[in-house]
Amino acid sequence: MKAFLLYKDRDFAPERTLAPNATDLIQDLHLNVLFDTMAKGDKFTLDVSRKVVLSSLRDPQAILYRQDIIKDCLKNPPIIMKIYALALESLECEKKLSWAIFSRYPSSILGGSISVLEAFVELLKRLRSLAEEHSRAFQSEGFRQFFRMLMAELSDSYIAGVKYHLRQLRFRGGVLISAELGKGSQGTRYVLRKPRAVKKGFIQQVFSKKPPVYTFNIPDRDEIGAKALSELRDRGINHAANAVAQSKDHILSFFQMLRTELAFYLGCMNLHARLVEIAAHVHFSVPAGLEVRRHTFTGLYDVCLALSEGRSVVENDLSADNRNLIVITGANQGGKSTFLRGIGVAQLMMQSGMFVGASEFSSNVCDGIFSHYKREEDVTMESGKLDEELKRMSAIVDKVTPNSLLLLNESFASTNEREGSEVARQVICTLLDAGIKVFFVTHLHKFAQDSFERRMSETIFLRAERNADGERTFKILEGEPLQTSFGEDLYRSIFGATH
Amino acid sequence: MPAFFVDLNLDQIVNAITRGKEEYNLRPYFHSPLKNVDAILYCHEVMRDLEEKMLFERVKLFARRMREMRDHLVRAKKFHYPHQRESWFLDAVELYCGAVQSFSEDLDQADLDSRGLSALRDFARRYVQSDAFTSLVAETGSLKHDLATVQYCLLIKSGAISVRRYDSETDYRAEVEATFEKFKQAAAKDYSVKFSSSEEMNHVEAQVLDRVAELYPDVFLHLGAYCGSRTGYLDETIATFDREIQFYVSYLEFIVELKHQGLDFCYPKVTDSSKEVYDFDCFDLALAHKLYVEGSQVVCNDFHLAGNERIIVVSGPNQGGKTTFARAFGQLHYLASLGCPVPGRKAQLFLFDRLFTHFEKAETVQNGRGKLQDDLLRFHEILNAATSRSVIVMNEIFSSTTLRDALFLGKRIMKKIMDLDILCVCVTFIDELSSLSEKTVSMVSTIVPEDPALRTYKVVRKQADGLAYALSIAEKYRLTSERLGERLRQ
Repeated sequence: MKAFLLYKDRDFAPERTLAPNATDLIQDLHLNVLFDTMAKGDKFTLDVSRKVVLSSLRDPQAILYRQDIIKDCLKNPPIIMKIYALALESLECEKKLSWAIFSRYPSSILGGSISVLEAFVELLKRLRSLAEEHSRAFQSEGFRQFFRMLMAELSDSYIAGVKYHLRQLRFRGGVLISAELGKGSQGTRYVLRKPRAVKKGFIQQVFSKKPPVYTFNIPDRDEIGAKALSELRDRGINHAANAVAQSKDHILSFFQMLRTELAFYLGCMNLHARLVEIAAHVHFSVPAGLEVRRHTFTGLYDVCLALSEGRSVVENDLSADNRNLIVITGANQGGKSTFLRGIGVAQLMMQSGMFVGASEFSSNVCDGIFSHYKREEDVTMESGKLDEELKRMSAIVDKVTPNSLLLLNESFASTNEREGSEVARQVICTLLDAGIKVFFVTHLHKFAQDSFERRMSETIFLRAERNADGERTFKILEGEPLQTSFGEDLYRSIFGATH
Repeated sequence: MPAFFVDLNLDQIVNAITRGKEEYNLRPYFHSPLKNVDAILYCHEVMRDLEEKMLFERVKLFARRMREMRDHLVRAKKFHYPHQRESWFLDAVELYCGAVQSFSEDLDQADLDSRGLSALRDFARRYVQSDAFTSLVAETGSLKHDLATVQYCLLIKSGAISVRRYDSETDYRAEVEATFEKFKQAAAKDYSVKFSSSEEMNHVEAQVLDRVAELYPDVFLHLGAYCGSRTGYLDETIATFDREIQFYVSYLEFIVELKHQGLDFCYPKVTDSSKEVYDFDCFDLALAHKLYVEGSQVVCNDFHLAGNERIIVVSGPNQGGKTTFARAFGQLHYLASLGCPVPGRKAQLFLFDRLFTHFEKAETVQNGRGKLQDDLLRFHEILNAATSRSVIVMNEIFSSTTLRDALFLGKRIMKKIMDLDILCVCVTFIDELSSLSEKTVSMVSTIVPEDPALRTYKVVRKQADGLAYALSIAEKYRLTSERLGERLRQ
């Protein structure tokens, strides 16, 4: 029995799939704002949201599977909350009842496990009732399958069977164990046996020849004997106790997985509610395949910026299908970094199955998402800085795969422009040849100019917009690179026009 | 233990060889040199057969099984409950039967050249086919089989246990597992408890076993009778072989690790008719083992006494391997007399009637004699007992007296040894002893001239000249006339 609410055909296994560049992504894209909003103060939801968002899906169908589930969640919040509460309750009662299981004695392990299982059976029954009551309100493949599974697997007769075994395992009629003679004729291979049901009629029983049975008692005073007896009993039930305890764990992990998977959807519900609150629109995007090159959107904004500002923020449009290199130049403080973050956040959200912050959004899925940002805090000597950033670049190159997305913000800028441009040229041309899509915010005019001349067909040039009077709109529009980056403007705005 | 054992470090060698094999009591074998060449050849044949890797492994397997058998007997005696003791005895006999049977087959398949192992093979063949042995095997096997078929059930309810025969009741765990199968996730934690297993039964187990014996009376009555009638199952020849073969096994196991280091061992030509002796790339076996343990390797040396040469006089710098060389000479002869392969690439050694050593002893106050007197008394004893077929190893003789005395005494002793035509190694600081007659051969420990502190441990045949060493040390400390002159002029 599996919930399968995050993947159609497998459990969520976060440790395995965390994106290689996760730490950099969180820092560069300000993702903690996103996670905090999803968590709404709940640590567990925070943890799950972070892991899911950073374990990007690559299959468009898998993305649509989650999108449908999210749509169901947004329609039925009270039912989702009930299921989640039920999963939580199971974990609580396991915590309360399972202390005996950490014992060295199979009888305690068995007894403890039975108590937990008895509680679980009741919870499973309630879960099935929820499914029976509400399944019609859900359209997504994920939920429909989940509810169907609950109703099919947890039939009344199955639950009655489980209860019967849980009663039997209390061994009110004694424990029946078979054994053989091992080394030195010591008893070995103890196996728990099911007592035969008495079938014969009374008269037959009286007259049939009974096989010999020898019985002896351990005297009350004989403490060592009593201990030996209970060890013998423990040897007999050892494997059965293990099987019951493991079954308890299996059901527990079913509830744990259900809770984990639902936590992500709770996060999505929290995020959605907040975005609605600040009047920001969302869009369920239809992703294109890995091999396609698509990046086309209208009204894209940086969700993280909107969340931290608590209001709707600047929106941008782009039409960059069939392009591999997107070079963004233009005025300082002109919205380039925000634009780049918006690209990254939208890509991550889309590939986790969530809605994105845009009116319309379509892009191809990427095999990996990487960011390489100038690190202001690492100011040491100039040479040390280039060393540091190229080291980071090399670490990315270790992990990057074809069809990945690479976000570069002011990379290669910690040396002079000629050298920086040459390094950038060599690195970026090689990445492009390897089938990697690159967004590059840069002041390296020489690089930009060279690319403009050489790789026209696969490149699109964007520029931070500036009005004629020098005022910034924070809009990023298509436009070829210009020689100056308007540092003068900034200087003037700070020091005043006349200085 | 022979008197020379400590001087030649043979005690260390024997300790290392017999370690972990105390139960065989092998020391007497190592303390008894053989007295004729044929006995030595007999041993060489067995050793050579054993050096076949397959056979060697088979012999060791046989030994392991026999050891396990003895272990069973020891425990069978120790246990308290009769049925348990009987079962351990049965297992001991089963181990014995298996060990003998498969070893006999191994011998049949082996390509044997030695008189010793061939005779054993013939014996084993007859023994395995004998009525006594085949009936032992058959009875043991049928009892083991009967015990293995015993299956019983316990019903434990509060303080009572009921014991009866097993009646095909189904495994309840499987049913429980099936019930919860649908919840099965990936690998689960193992909750099964590991019970400490003790060979000792507690009294509850013993009472259960008593009831089981009542359920299967035929099996247990048979077992009891078997234990009464089969006490003398162990064949004396097999038992003797099991012990004796360990002499060869232990020695071969001991030298194999040194062989892996690249050191050579050979079967020496042992003779009692010629006093020509030689060994090339030989070494001190005790030192080689010690260095092996410490992770380094011993230095090899050659010697050859031909024609009338009888005495090797070793001189040269201290710490240069002189004593080690002398020890090796003694060890080689002793090991050869045991019938063992010896260190070295190619060797001819003399079968001595007696081996003597004269090593410097720390002064003992108790006997009230001076050290020189003590040395001479010991020489006197040796020379009285020695014959022309003896071997003597002398180390640092007369170092406690003046050079003049030492020279005088040394010459006298040497003359007696030469007169007896004894094979001898003599380590001394008295260069003159090395050129007393055609019977003496001079060998010198060597140094690296550029760095006298570096030891080579090479002892080579060469005229004794103490000077070279002294000069190089002087050079090192800038004390030669030239160097010292320069220093003094400054």
